[in-house]
Amino acid sequence: MDTTGQIDKELNLKGKICPYTFIEAMLTLEDMEREQVLRVIVDYPPAVCDVPRSLKNEGYEILEVSPINETDWAIVVRNKEVG
Amino acid sequence: MPFSEEQIHRYSRQIILPGIGGKGQKKLAAAKVFIMGAGGLGSPAAIYLAAAGVGEIGLADFDRVELHNLQRQILHRTPDVGLLKVESGKKTLEALNPEAKVQIYSERITSANIRQIIRDYHLILDGSDNFPTRFLVNDACYFEKKTLISGAILRFDGQLSTFKPHAGGPCYRCLFPEPPPPGTVPSCQEAGVLGAVAGIIGILQANEALKEILAIGQSMAGRFLLFNALSLSFHEVKIQRNPHCLLCGEDPKIKELVEYSQVCQA
Repeated sequence: MDTTGQIDKELNLKGKICPYTFIEAMLTLEDMEREQVLRVIVDYPPAVCDVPRSLKNEGYEILEVSPINETDWAIVVRNKEVG
Repeated sequence: MPFSEEQIHRYSRQIILPGIGGKGQKKLAAAKVFIMGAGGLGSPAAIYLAAAGVGEIGLADFDRVELHNLQRQILHRTPDVGLLKVESGKKTLEALNPEAKVQIYSERITSANIRQIIRDYHLILDGSDNFPTRFLVNDACYFEKKTLISGAILRFDGQLSTFKPHAGGPCYRCLFPEPPPPGTVPSCQEAGVLGAVAGIIGILQANEALKEILAIGQSMAGRFLLFNALSLSFHEVKIQRNPHCLLCGEDPKIKELVEYSQVCQA
């Protein structure tokens, strides 16, 4: 799925580990407008599974989880409809 | 204002909780909580509130730290003996969390100053050790429409409730219309108290304060909790507003603050 056209903000979390990857993604989403799309870049392997799962549990919509290169992954998430 | 890296690390284990998040952490940072008494109840309550990132804590106590306080009053350390409890408490809280703003009140809290002092705070915790103060705090909270989280301890027993008459619940006087006659209820000084009981009830007060600030969970308003350490049992009693309450009833007799005499203190 090509989501390039609808990214409103990008958050680089390379070098960050869990749970700070999830927390920083959530804090960024809380400050964004409803239904805006955030692209999160992570390079901590457990974050590839944990961040999407935790964001989903909080009610955010995961649009895409895909590798960028050998070390980095992109998680694309849509903000909640209501704050 | 966005969170600093240090704030994210410090509060990460609660920001991550459902229903808190960054928004809840900001509510805590904006909250102002007044604690009556820097003793057995006020100590653990203040420590957990400061640790959680409550923005401003008001600490009121006119006593100085004595050696016999240290068995339960965990804001204070042996080298603090002789210091004002509020000074010792402020030092402990600021060392725990330098972000905590601690206002201290070392003057005696009376009918003349209490309403003005608590007016600046969102939430009041009563950790006082005598009935005159307990009634003064309740009445002042009623007149100022402040939520009161009340804790009390003696020997192996503890009590806890939240009073929000401005939101329809009972006040402390709905349960206890007047202070007991002097001498009928022993003080902690006469009867003793297990230090851990103070910790349990004080921490429950902090727990309820955090819930009220975050607007999560079920409030203790309209519920009265009784704790016994020896049987390790909690009993909950439903409590209702008393239409004949002298303070918040339909035909109130108390229309201004009443000062009862301080017969004895623990």
